[in-house]
Amino acid sequence: MHLAYPAVLSALLFCTGVYGVLARRNAILVLMSVELMLNAVNLNLVAFDVWLSRTAEETLHSGQALTLFTIAIAAAEIGIGLAIVLAVYRNRGTSDIDKLRDTAEGHESGPDGDAPAAEKAEASA
Amino acid sequence: MTFALAAAGPAHPGPSGVPLAAAAHGFLSPTGVEIAFLLVGLLTFGAALVTVTTRQLVHAALWLVVALGGLAVEYLLLTAEFIAWVQVLIYVGSVVVLLLFGLMLTRAPIGRSPDADSGNRWAALTVAAAAAAALIWVVVDAFRTTWIDLDGPAAGSTEVTGASLFQHWVLPFEALSVLLLAALVGAIVLSRKARAEKSSPPVNSRDSADGSPVVPESRNHSSGGHRPTEQEGAR
Repeated sequence: MHLAYPAVLSALLFCTGVYGVLARRNAILVLMSVELMLNAVNLNLVAFDVWLSRTAEETLHSGQALTLFTIAIAAAEIGIGLAIVLAVYRNRGTSDIDKLRDTAEGHESGPDGDAPAAEKAEASA
Repeated sequence: MTFALAAAGPAHPGPSGVPLAAAAHGFLSPTGVEIAFLLVGLLTFGAALVTVTTRQLVHAALWLVVALGGLAVEYLLLTAEFIAWVQVLIYVGSVVVLLLFGLMLTRAPIGRSPDADSGNRWAALTVAAAAAAALIWVVVDAFRTTWIDLDGPAAGSTEVTGASLFQHWVLPFEALSVLLLAALVGAIVLSRKARAEKSSPPVNSRDSADGSPVVPESRNHSSGGHRPTEQEGAR
């Protein structure tokens, strides 16, 4: 099999994940896009490990071992991420990352200084 | 199809790469494995696109199942069997279920939600398209004379993977168990803090009755709500 097939597929999946992370507004959809990016990296690792295990005589199968580690770390990441999202939802009543602007610069002293307060009141109501 | 055209550029296997494996393959005459990989890859990529563009949140999670399952089939085609079944078990089995739980606990709307995409859609599309073009150009240019030899014993069977994992990668494996424990404890701590804060209704009710609370004041309230929980956790 040509090595370009899995490499191009993983590049496409990674860029799909980049688009999702940048364009989505719901925090859980952003987490889904992060999963897509991690899976693209996994596909690259597996493809190059299979290629290297044929060409090199002595191989450690480092690509597949790293893939397993990535899968485990992704599972831990999704657990912690969902716990954070649920905590934010209980505090604010929303999982919309465009509305979480407490640490944004220039929004409390700016011309639209009352917009975060209004959003906060709406969120806590 | 750009990679197919680019792969047809050099009419003979280059000096680098694997000459034996390359000589066995013709150009523009894909093998059965390549055709299967291409079809499943198109399905996977389409499912991923629907996942990041659909406006129905639950449908996004269900299309993510298709994308991750397609990736598991790709692993099988690459003879990495163990990774494929781990992918099915962990991603399709648990991560997507976790995401669906998260969607339902945050009361995601069932139908179409008009505000699933933020305002910077076109900037995101530009960035993603530019990154895709650059990555595909570089990858195809770098590996156009490289072939994976899929014959012979499987490169990722359970025996091979287990042997390499427990001969060479024992220490990272054990460190990973500590990381999973830390993630477990972290998730428990996060949900406990949220529950303790939820069980203190006077702060929230006064905030909502206030009408327009000042932001620093409400921050003081929330940190005051955190304090007993942290002391309780330190005990």
